[in-house]
Amino acid sequence: MREVSQKINVQCEINGQPMTLETYPMARLLDVLREQAGLTGTKEGCGEGECGACSIEMNGALVNSCLVPALQAEGAAIRTIEGVADRGQLDAVQQAFLTHGGAQCGICTPGMILAALNLLSRYAQPTEAEIREGLSGNLCRCTGYTKIFESVVAACRSSRQRA
Amino acid sequence: MANRQIGKSVPRKEGRDKVTGSARYVDDLTFPDMIHGATVRSSVARGKILGIHFEDGIPWNEFTIVTAKDIPGKNCVALLIEDQPCLADQLVNHPEEAVVLLAHPDKYLLEEARRAVRIEIEPLPAIYTIEDSLSRKQVIWGEDNIFKSYQVEKGDVDKAWSGADFIAEGEYETGAQEQLYIEPQGMIARANPADGVTVWGSLQCPYYVHKALVRLFGLPKERVRVVQTETGGGFGGKEEYPSMIAGHAALLAWKSGKTVKIIYDRAEDMAATTKRHPSRTRHRTALTREGKLLAMEIDFTLDGGAYETLSPVVLSRGTIHAAGPYDCPNVRIRSRAVATNAAPHGAFRGFGAPQSVFALERHLDRVAGAVGITPEELRRRNFIREDQTLSVGQVVHEKVDMGKLLDRALELSAYHEKRKRFQQENSSSTIKRGIGFASFLHGAGFTGSGEEYLASEALVSISREGKVRVLAGSTEMGQGTNTVFAQIAAEALSLECEQIEILQPDTSLVPNSGPTVASRTVMIVGKLVETAALAIKKSLVESGFLNEPYSSKEFENACRQYIDKFGPLESLVKYQHPSDLHWDDAKYQGDAYGAYAWAVYVAEVSVDTRTAEVRVEDFVAVQEVGKVINPVLAAGQIEGGVAQGIGFALHENVVWQEGRMVNGQMTNYIMPTSMDVPPIRVFFEELPYARGPAGAKGIGELPLDGTAPAIANAIAQATGVDIRQIPITPEKLFEMLERVHA
Amino acid sequence: MRSYVPAYAIEAPRNLAEVLERMAHEPGAWKPFAGGTDLMVLLEAGKLPHKKFLSIWNLQELRGIAVTPAHVTMGALTTYSEIRRHEVLAREFPLLCRAAAETGSVATQNRGTLAGNIANASPAADSPPALLVYNAELELVSARETRWVPYQGFWKGYKQIALREDELIRAIRLPRDKTGWVQSYRKVGTRRAQAISKVCFAGAARMESGRVADVRIALGSVAPTVLRAIETEKVLRGEKPAPAIVQAAQETLAREIAPINDMRSTARYRLHVAQSLLAEFCEKLTA
Repeated sequence: MREVSQKINVQCEINGQPMTLETYPMARLLDVLREQAGLTGTKEGCGEGECGACSIEMNGALVNSCLVPALQAEGAAIRTIEGVADRGQLDAVQQAFLTHGGAQCGICTPGMILAALNLLSRYAQPTEAEIREGLSGNLCRCTGYTKIFESVVAACRSSRQRA
Repeated sequence: MANRQIGKSVPRKEGRDKVTGSARYVDDLTFPDMIHGATVRSSVARGKILGIHFEDGIPWNEFTIVTAKDIPGKNCVALLIEDQPCLADQLVNHPEEAVVLLAHPDKYLLEEARRAVRIEIEPLPAIYTIEDSLSRKQVIWGEDNIFKSYQVEKGDVDKAWSGADFIAEGEYETGAQEQLYIEPQGMIARANPADGVTVWGSLQCPYYVHKALVRLFGLPKERVRVVQTETGGGFGGKEEYPSMIAGHAALLAWKSGKTVKIIYDRAEDMAATTKRHPSRTRHRTALTREGKLLAMEIDFTLDGGAYETLSPVVLSRGTIHAAGPYDCPNVRIRSRAVATNAAPHGAFRGFGAPQSVFALERHLDRVAGAVGITPEELRRRNFIREDQTLSVGQVVHEKVDMGKLLDRALELSAYHEKRKRFQQENSSSTIKRGIGFASFLHGAGFTGSGEEYLASEALVSISREGKVRVLAGSTEMGQGTNTVFAQIAAEALSLECEQIEILQPDTSLVPNSGPTVASRTVMIVGKLVETAALAIKKSLVESGFLNEPYSSKEFENACRQYIDKFGPLESLVKYQHPSDLHWDDAKYQGDAYGAYAWAVYVAEVSVDTRTAEVRVEDFVAVQEVGKVINPVLAAGQIEGGVAQGIGFALHENVVWQEGRMVNGQMTNYIMPTSMDVPPIRVFFEELPYARGPAGAKGIGELPLDGTAPAIANAIAQATGVDIRQIPITPEKLFEMLERVHA
Repeated sequence: MRSYVPAYAIEAPRNLAEVLERMAHEPGAWKPFAGGTDLMVLLEAGKLPHKKFLSIWNLQELRGIAVTPAHVTMGALTTYSEIRRHEVLAREFPLLCRAAAETGSVATQNRGTLAGNIANASPAADSPPALLVYNAELELVSARETRWVPYQGFWKGYKQIALREDELIRAIRLPRDKTGWVQSYRKVGTRRAQAISKVCFAGAARMESGRVADVRIALGSVAPTVLRAIETEKVLRGEKPAPAIVQAAQETLAREIAPINDMRSTARYRLHVAQSLLAEFCEKLTA
């Protein structure tokens, strides 16, 4: 019979809500979010940290949740796609993706939006090169990236107008 | 009257769900009694199954185990024919062929169990190349390894050689390409003798899956139900394969009595499912001194993998597109799809045309060089015009002006100025720059009598509250089906898109609109939707409850009044094949497609001769498409297709080892990132197609045809290297650059 | 997910002393786990045979970048993102910053650590060539002792390093002695981002009157370990990088490296590119 680890209780904050999640310590944070927390917005595309569909923010940093063991989420503040809109009001990036065609099949979109938000938290008015680099960890097979860039630029513009 | 909806970039109908993460893909769904399923596969390319051994250390009594003998109906994945088993029984014919299915509530234990099943196989000699298949080194399928062959004859090719001033030959190859939808394949099934079979999953063609399950289980049609979940990309990779995974999930559900979910991990998806058919094309071309085409003899071969699946249809499209948008009096095309011991190759956007168009457009640039004229001049002297005849004998009835498209593309890309400048600057730089183009066409819809055979249907109905519902088997997978159907129906009914509901494709509810493939969804099914919506309007107006022009409130009132008086109102429209389109399947001649989109693509590249790395610096895509219904969605289709074409040309290399893809990880199978694509500049022209909704033709596959040859031609221009194969990896280009300098 | 996740143990000791105590108590039983960007990939592929890990990710003792007049010392858990953002590193150690920028993607850079990269010991790693050029030293700690070792020579063979079973890397120290050197870093990968390296070149040279007064060259992905091209350096040292010298250096390089054919690239291509990058570096020295 195989030796099995004890499950642990991971206490963290997800989208502003404190949560306690019971899981194996080496379970992927991606699976814990999708299964124990019931937040299926974060997606699995590759299981090897290449596609970025599982991107979330952990303590303000963009990370691939498929590469984070649950144990290391203890005490972390996590933001997933479900935490982006504010009580139903879309964020500027989400709205821009809608207006400018940044989402086609949508499977890369949650991770892409998190990556875009993270980029904009570091560069208020990124250049095209900075956008390309900031999103280079998020693979999209549908759009060819063009309308994703346009969406991010539009989101910056609308944020600048509101500021 | 001006269009209210057509031509507008209406936001994606299901877009809000997608940007908030609330869209539900198959792996997001759970059921109370759900367990997980996994597939145990052959590690051998070809052999006899001697036994299946279940090793110690696994509580096997907790598992549901399914093999071929558990199949209630016929052990096949029914498609064109029934040669492919759903589970290998006595023989395996390709690596990763499914043999055993397992299910258990614990998905981690399931992986342990998968490792503990040993399939004992006595290997048989296998074949892996087109050459070995054609030479019948082993006969692994049928009598001669040939799934299908075609022969197209126009004029008299044999007589043309003696009159030629130039004869040019060439052989060209394209490799396999993985569709790499970011959402892996997945399916959930519930199945038992009392309720029948229901599956939910990531798929493009609900009725293909339906047909396959009916056959697999031997059930009547009404007892099988297929529901499409939000699908994270398809590109053809989810055209036929879902029938296999649905069968597997359903078999486990049938035996276990539970709901079963199977989700492939990326490595399994890459190794076991379909890829673009590898190809080999041989051209022999006769021309006059002035560069006018006299004859084209084309030999086109596709590697189909171990079972027939869709190879005859891929071959068909590749064959028909092989001679391009050119006027040539004498054409012979001989083509065949052959069997090898690899997982069957299948549908991938373009479907045979990217392969034959690569060969043709690369060949014509070389031919131009042999004749001593520019690639541009060669095309201009041979572009087909209205009333001239394509290779399969189809008279062009469209007012196509390829010369004008070429003018526009070359101007937008600053082709002449750049070509001249690069020629001057290249000699003194280790970075060589080049610019090249491809001119091509893509037929929309099923070939020949295919649409007639499909006999697609779409239904539009109204509710008492005035909501309009569109019921079609066409699926949304990112390309915009939901939105464009809503625009078409809204336009016909003079309403807003918000009032139109597109039903989730569920075979228990929607009619069979044919598969979501072949660039047919807008042009063919969209037309059915338009016709049905117009019929609804007509009924309401003729009833007296509705007068044009009307507000949406008036429309709602009319619906209520109509239904209260007469009962439900719906319109089911069935495809009518135009009586002036004739196709002879035996001679492979006639009107192959109702309409073609026409295009010229221009690629600018830089080649770092130190590292043989190629960068696409700029890309211009000009195409004539009938009518652009939604500009943002249409441009998005072209941009995404060009990016896939860049991968096809430069990066996406499947590494094979004895029939198995060994680089099945996203780290090692390289698709472009945001840093690998140039600005992609898209331009449309519109010559409305009378039979398309609002004049629209199909565009989904078009970009895959012209992108790779444009890039190859640009690299050839930049470096003098004679490109004959894609992908053009740096390793291959380096070897070719060495030879040029030697 | 190919591994049996319940069989894996990972625990988070409260401090470094506790980690070292446990590693000393059962040498080899427990291995350190930093950001997981290598180990989790192996776990998902079913290729992680070792089952017991001590998570060191939260240990502040292993974080931080200290600057003294003679050295910059990076804690083991310094991430690539932190390297890129650090002013002194950006100014004085550009090769390391370039390497960090070319490692994976933003998300990988936030979780990938320098010590993790060193301990993983892949010959295709992006930072090690820069570390070799900069004469990095490693602080290795165990419950018994602390020792400093040069990074040069730390590799014993393919994916093997001279790290004892009870030890972990606490810090990486770089002497601040490359001011004024001409520095060059180039990674040739499978694509422009998120690429595994096919060839990685790091070089730095101190020029005096057009002569190479001193030079350091290191390459990745062209041998079972990342390597310092010591013989190639000897050819250049003291010379003006004229074409004949560059050619001699390229020939020596061909003898020093041992590139292979694998699913990503070919030996011939890697050799050619390594030589090209060397030539490119030499051109920079004459500019």
